[in-house]
Amino acid sequence: MKLIVAIIQPHKLNAVKSALEAVEVNLMTVTEVLGQGRQKGVTEVYRGAKEAGGLLKKVRLDIAVNETFVEPTIKAITEGAHTGTVGDGKIFVLNLDECIRISSGERGGIAIG
Amino acid sequence: MNSGDTAWVLTSTALVLLMTLPGLAFFYGGLVRRKNVLSILMQCFIILCVVSLQWVLFGYSLAFGPDFHGIIGKLDWAGLRGVGALPNTDYAATIPHSVFMIFQAMFAVITPALIIGAYAERVKFSAFLVFTLLWSTFVYDPLAHWVWGTGGWLKALGALDFAGGIVVHVSSGVSALVLAILLGKRIGYNHKPIRPHNLPFTVLGAALLWFGWFGFNAGSALAADGNAANAFITTNTATAAAGLTWALIEWWHNGTPTILGAATGAVAGLVAITPACGFVNPMNAIFIGMIVAVICYLAIALVKAKLGYDDSLDAFGVHGVGGMWGTIATGLFAEKAVNAAGANGLLFGGTHQMLVQMLIVVVTVAFAAIMTLIIYKIVDALIGMRVEEKNEIVGLDLTQQSESAYTVIE
Repeated sequence: MKLIVAIIQPHKLNAVKSALEAVEVNLMTVTEVLGQGRQKGVTEVYRGAKEAGGLLKKVRLDIAVNETFVEPTIKAITEGAHTGTVGDGKIFVLNLDECIRISSGERGGIAIG
Repeated sequence: MNSGDTAWVLTSTALVLLMTLPGLAFFYGGLVRRKNVLSILMQCFIILCVVSLQWVLFGYSLAFGPDFHGIIGKLDWAGLRGVGALPNTDYAATIPHSVFMIFQAMFAVITPALIIGAYAERVKFSAFLVFTLLWSTFVYDPLAHWVWGTGGWLKALGALDFAGGIVVHVSSGVSALVLAILLGKRIGYNHKPIRPHNLPFTVLGAALLWFGWFGFNAGSALAADGNAANAFITTNTATAAAGLTWALIEWWHNGTPTILGAATGAVAGLVAITPACGFVNPMNAIFIGMIVAVICYLAIALVKAKLGYDDSLDAFGVHGVGGMWGTIATGLFAEKAVNAAGANGLLFGGTHQMLVQMLIVVVTVAFAAIMTLIIYKIVDALIGMRVEEKNEIVGLDLTQQSESAYTVIE
């Protein structure tokens, strides 16, 4: 089992969601986060006072999958979120030790999907 | 001179200001994504500043000044020369000329602000400023002269537009459609509306529009009299009918009524009753309101989706389409029994009035569309109307104004 964490552009969320659904990955957790990468954030101005390095809004996806779904998931996220410019985001793949479905108490791979 | 009339028109002036800010600003501001809400508020705010100045410097004189061959006002009143405490009997015999001028200023302000709904979320701020100034000067001011100015050629034909169905709503709505097509769709727009970021703002804005519209319509009587009272009542009645009808259509068509639908319907009702409010009776205002809800719903939910243009906040679908219906409806339901200074519409034997109303719709659509196309081409060539792709993605608040509306983490 793997936990796939992806940081993407907020406006690409729908495209990524569609791409994931196309490879039958339907379960995900989405959160709004702030971040900066090679873009180095933005400068904001309030009543003449400049604030450099403001962080940009991003969207974070957390998706737990079984081994066979790892590559299709990475491919779907990459396709959906790609624009080819800085700020497109990153995908991290982590080992996942355990997964428990709260409603039934099932554990492991069967509890993921 | 009548102090009651003067007090009412001054009060109405402030009510019409409230329609642009905060009414329209929040109505539109709630409908965009959160990365663009400040851009909408800023555009409404700056229009109030820019057009207020344009109006007292030369706009008022172009629209209402001494007539030049029926097409434009001469610049005799530029800088408000001769526009003072004495009434101008051509326009309003019982209030100071300066009060009529500042009341009309608020109409000149809100009209270009309505167009914001078409280019929301993708227009470059500098280009928007230049476009607005040119549009006010070369579209609004001449059109106001044609329909309302003494000697204006459409006024001479007998055109009826009590509070601005043609001058304000058809002109801005049609220009909005032309701009939406020329600018192209927002990145990611795919025939479906992009989700509004704050519907409570939109409802607040719609409610303030409704409230301010009493000044817009009943104030257009330019007196505190029975005519103003009738306009007040027809305005409220048509708006109520349209808001309810829109909600019922959604209930039947989609399974649930929505607050955005009720609010949109109410605004469409306000638009439709605007040209008619001083000429029709309250029972016919109900028909005007019900029918505008059906027509605008069809235009927005079906026609727009099918044709695929991105009129982002439905400036054309509500103001253009609603304004056209209201202008035609005036030719249908107007009656001299309500307002002796008006005319009888088709239902009261006035075939001629109906033809005049249809003519002013055609003339206004053609004039606004052609002029908007020309102004767009000039501004686009000089400055570029649309922001760069990466700026559109990050949002106009950060890229055009360097500020953001909401913090995620303090």
